[in-house]
Amino acid sequence: MSNWSWDIFLEAFPYVLEGLGITIGLTIACYLFALVFGFIWTFVRRIPIKLIRWVLLWIMEFIRSTPPLVQLFFIYYAWPMVPGIGMTLSPFTSAVLGLGIHYSTYIGEVYRSGIDSVDKGQWEASRALNFSTGKKWTKIILPQAIPPTIPMLGNYLIIMFKEVPLASTIGVVGILQMANNFGAENWRYLEPLTIVAILFLILSYPSAILINKLERKMNRRFDKKAPTGSKPISKAEATG
Amino acid sequence: MDAIVDVFPVLIKGVEITIKVLLASIVLGYLMAFIAGFCRLSNNVILRKITGFYVEIFRGTSLIVQLFWLYYALPILFGIEIGSDFWAGVLAISLNYGAYMSEIVRSSILSVAKGQSEAATALNMSRFQRMRLVIFPQAVRMMLPEFGNYLILMLKSTSLVSLIGMTDILYYGDILRSSDLSQAPTVYLLVLVFYFIIALPFIWLTKKMESASKKGVASQ
Repeated sequence: MSNWSWDIFLEAFPYVLEGLGITIGLTIACYLFALVFGFIWTFVRRIPIKLIRWVLLWIMEFIRSTPPLVQLFFIYYAWPMVPGIGMTLSPFTSAVLGLGIHYSTYIGEVYRSGIDSVDKGQWEASRALNFSTGKKWTKIILPQAIPPTIPMLGNYLIIMFKEVPLASTIGVVGILQMANNFGAENWRYLEPLTIVAILFLILSYPSAILINKLERKMNRRFDKKAPTGSKPISKAEATG
Repeated sequence: MDAIVDVFPVLIKGVEITIKVLLASIVLGYLMAFIAGFCRLSNNVILRKITGFYVEIFRGTSLIVQLFWLYYALPILFGIEIGSDFWAGVLAISLNYGAYMSEIVRSSILSVAKGQSEAATALNMSRFQRMRLVIFPQAVRMMLPEFGNYLILMLKSTSLVSLIGMTDILYYGDILRSSDLSQAPTVYLLVLVFYFIIALPFIWLTKKMESASKKGVASQ
């Protein structure tokens, strides 16, 4: 432990902390994007034309099973070079698109599990009451499908937070990039990288506990069957 | 088409490293998952606390930070070299996912009905026999679907090792891109396709594992 220096630790701390705003801001932006975009995948599954549904579901599988890091590079470096539709995007926007789209495929599955757990009688009732398709979804199905998935969605917020440092590779200056900068300037990586790890722990651990509590509360409230995907909590905590 | 012909042979040089890192991480990761999962169920308080600490640290921070920490910080802190970037990458991935998967091991074992263990006790089985013959076989089946998902997550995370200079698929992709930016769309699309092709058997395996775990179990 002889190489640890508290002086450098204290010097690096405020420096690294400057990136925290960007890290949190990017987390929230990516998360909101994924929440909205996730609905698209949910409805893709309900497209009545088999061929289109099949193609779109394979695209989803493709996005899910390939590394988000490569997707980030694709959007940041390759997208501007695509003839016709390409345009240059800032690192921040690229990260929102890349991580947002990647995680939207997971969020879409969460919505699906919520919708699948809505009782069949509710669909039949809305049909019997002659509800329009729009009304059926907004008044009957979604209000029952989404609340039980809130803990799972919360888990994805924590996952997103832990994935956001990937964006440092395309130049988003969050805490990890600040630590790297500090390391490059002072030739000390140990302390700044440890600070980054500590910051992640401080922020994500209490949130995980909070979400566990929320989950228990929700389970009591909707104590019928929880949505199918929610049983092993750890599933939703998987990172990519 | 010409571009693809140029790019393909370069990228394929990285496949070997990607697969090596992946296989080593899978083996070590599952090993870690079972060791940590069982340790957290142990009667020994110290063992339980230490494993709990390990699991929370690795689940609470992000993989890329762990990778950089193992690669840049650990050698300075203790003056030890991990030996190679290969082991830094494999260790980061397997310790990270081992921590996540240990929770699956633990929760699956805990969710085997209590009557099973009571029945085994009534049959005069020892603690070890109970676990080996009664509890564990039932728990493994519950672990399967989740374990399948983690295969794909581990594959995706192997792309991070290019950041510590390992010559995997993405590394060669980055080299091609920096030599000719206009090739970037072909390069990265092809890199994604490479990963997807490697992922296909794992996607198939995951589905197999899911159906295996459902077989012979009454649905609620």
